[in-house]
Amino acid sequence: MAVLTEEQVMLKDAAKGWVSERSPVSALRKLRDADVDVGFDRAAWAEMGQMGWAGVVVPETYGGSEFGYRSLGLVLEETGRTLTNSPLVSTALFAASVLTLGAGAAQKEAWLGRIAEAGAVIAPAIDEHAHHAPAATALAATRSGDGWTLTGKKPFVLDGMAADAFIVAARTSGKPGEEAGITLFLVPASAPGLSRTRLKTVDSRGAADVSFEGVAVGADTVIGQADQGFGLLDQALDRARAGLAAEMLGQASQAFEITLDYLKTRVQFGQVIGTFQSLQHRAAKMFTELEMTRSCVEAALDAIDSNGNDVRALCSLAKAKASETVHLVSNEMVQMHGGIGMTDAHDAGLYMKRARVSEALFGGASFHRDRYATLMGY
Amino acid sequence: MTDSAPTELDAFRAETRAWLEQNYPRSLDAPMAEDDAPWGGRRAKWSNPDAKLWLDRMAAKGWTAPTWPTAYGGGGLSAEQNRVLQQELIRLKARPALMSFGLWMLGPVLLEYATEEQKQKFLPPIVRGEIRWCQGYSEPGAGSDLAGLQTRCEDQGDHYLVNGQKVWTSYADQADWIFCLVRTDTSKKHEGISFLLFDMTTPGVEPRPIKLISGSSPFCETFFDNVKVPKDQLVGRLNGGWDIAKRLLQYERQNISASGFGGGAGPELEDVAKAFVGVSGGKIADPDLRARIAEHRMYAKAFALTVRRAEAESKAAKGPSAATSIIKYAAAKMNQDRSELMVEALGTQGLGWEGEGFDPDALKATRAWLRSKGNSIEGGTSEVNLNVVAKRVLGLLDHQ
Ligand SMILES: Cc1cc2nc3c(=O)[nH]c(=O)nc-3n(C[C@H](O)[C@H](O)[C@H](O)COP(=O)(O)OP(=O)(O)OC[C@H]3O[C@@H](n4cnc5c(N)ncnc54)[C@H](O)[C@@H]3O)c2cc1C
Repeated sequence: MAVLTEEQVMLKDAAKGWVSERSPVSALRKLRDADVDVGFDRAAWAEMGQMGWAGVVVPETYGGSEFGYRSLGLVLEETGRTLTNSPLVSTALFAASVLTLGAGAAQKEAWLGRIAEAGAVIAPAIDEHAHHAPAATALAATRSGDGWTLTGKKPFVLDGMAADAFIVAARTSGKPGEEAGITLFLVPASAPGLSRTRLKTVDSRGAADVSFEGVAVGADTVIGQADQGFGLLDQALDRARAGLAAEMLGQASQAFEITLDYLKTRVQFGQVIGTFQSLQHRAAKMFTELEMTRSCVEAALDAIDSNGNDVRALCSLAKAKASETVHLVSNEMVQMHGGIGMTDAHDAGLYMKRARVSEALFGGASFHRDRYATLMGY
Repeated sequence: MTDSAPTELDAFRAETRAWLEQNYPRSLDAPMAEDDAPWGGRRAKWSNPDAKLWLDRMAAKGWTAPTWPTAYGGGGLSAEQNRVLQQELIRLKARPALMSFGLWMLGPVLLEYATEEQKQKFLPPIVRGEIRWCQGYSEPGAGSDLAGLQTRCEDQGDHYLVNGQKVWTSYADQADWIFCLVRTDTSKKHEGISFLLFDMTTPGVEPRPIKLISGSSPFCETFFDNVKVPKDQLVGRLNGGWDIAKRLLQYERQNISASGFGGGAGPELEDVAKAFVGVSGGKIADPDLRARIAEHRMYAKAFALTVRRAEAESKAAKGPSAATSIIKYAAAKMNQDRSELMVEALGTQGLGWEGEGFDPDALKATRAWLRSKGNSIEGGTSEVNLNVVAKRVLGLLDHQ
């Protein structure tokens, strides 16, 4: 791990401590078995707010700490380790980024402070198809009077059930597939015509299908410039991808450590199974992938914080690598545990389920390989 | 080389086709739901009575166990005739009349190792689907190292007494009987194991279902507390069970391989990818995913060709071909790759668990993906399979 500041070390240690006490994997089981529709523990989210985790990338003027993305990544890595369900990704990472990067003063005033204290959940309503494709936005926003009317659907919105507001990508001109003509709106969940249906997902988080039927919103809900929203969206998505990659690194690291432990304790043929060379090499390869992933994740987060000129490529790199690694490690976790890895009582399945959702979110490995190649000009 | 002349086989095909067309209940043309799987047994529930009719008709001809001798209720068919029968069943897209561990695993070893009385007693009810069997092999401390099993079996003069625990026992809570590996000599490892059959309703037998990551509970922990077993239910020699156990595993793996783990039911991967990813110039719009689907399809084709070649070679050489040894490993990989690609192609539709907002086929694919992770564990893990290939087939020895 690259050198951390004193503040970052404290933040990481605090996160590690809190997570093990307040949010072990058993907390996820409890949420799942209690069938909580928002998909997370509101009390735990409030505590995250008190500890300042929801405002790590929020400017100080609005009540955040402005510690930056590398710091938020440290928290996400720890919460990822125990599969903590919370609005950190949707709200503290994505929505805070959109608003900080592109919102007007009044919008920032209204929402950033609430985000920083975990007083609001704001969910990304971006994709409209089963696969990540922000430019394919089709949900129509048409001018009506001073404001706009939104009509369309946004499926599989993360934290869609808990959301107080949505950041909605809408088409205000041009055709689906074109980057120009997309506008971002900040739509309160209470807006008439907006409805949501809860989805029960494989990883037991609180996603929803959100439907907009002639939702009338004022001109003040536009974030940034009408028709020019794609650039802002892309920037915010990259921040979300890098932060999510940090969370996935945590998931994969923990899955690996649990597995490594098992290799050192499970006995078959009179010896621990970790003495079998075929397993040793696979463990060593996983370790290699984890180390490479860590480098990519840290580089992407640092590039965001230092406003580097290769942010986009590094974010695609981090998200692709983290997706590949968590995919590999979660599969190996099941396999190396044998029969017990197939049981619901064991955590391996939970890591694998969460892995696939994280892989798909904000673009999977295949999306980011393609984007990386395009950015590199080949 | 052939058991019957081609012309006789042609006649057999014509007869078989005619009989099947007449006797296959057309109501079974509808896709088979998981609950409809015809496992038989005392507690079988037939949601469609035609499924039972189909079983009874096939069993009456012995065609649930086509190559078993007619003396034990089998069909008495030659390998060629059986191949014709299977081809005709596929042609008809017929559902299996019976799915059963008795048919796939136990029956073949009974034919080889059991006494005449045991064959008479146990084989016909398997053919008719009256008794459902489960497999009591694995224990908490004995998985890959199966011969390390500890379930004790003591000779009490007029009966055996069994104490211990099995685990991952598929369908133990629904089975009528168990074929069980027990320790009858603690001073030896492999030579202290015996192969025992007993009724799951015997006092002291208690299966407790275990939930899988896919949400269903197909397997159990199975406890034995002073279970009394009649002595004539020992198969083979006392302490001679290991050879039978291994032989049965060969049949299990063959069967697993032949069925390809049941993958391939439901919508085709390519169609799903086109529907959910999109099409560009007639091709799946994501070239990366398209290439990986093609890679998998080629693997599946190579697998099918290998199964066919291994069969032909085994028959010609009257013993297993070298290719046979890799089939179970390859089948597991194939089904797992297919399931991963399916879930990936479905995108967020592949990430549902239940309820509204997800297509029922997509939900099924997600559960099947989770279940497929067991393919490289059940029936012996892929690692153990590859160890065996390396040692027995390739002659690579352990480092000393
Ligand atoms: C869906 C399912 C259904 C099953 N149904 C039945 C059933 O009906 N009846 C029954 O008796 N059993 C059943 N099993 C159990 C199955 O046979 C065992 O799970 C399997 O043999 C592995 O044993 P284990 O779980 O103890 O894993 P372990 O043997 O503990 O293996 C753990 C890991 O170590 C690896 N390993 C072990 N030894 C070596 C080695 N020498 N070299 C390299 N790697 C090694 C394994 O491959 C695995 O990855 C079922 C299992 C599953 C998943």
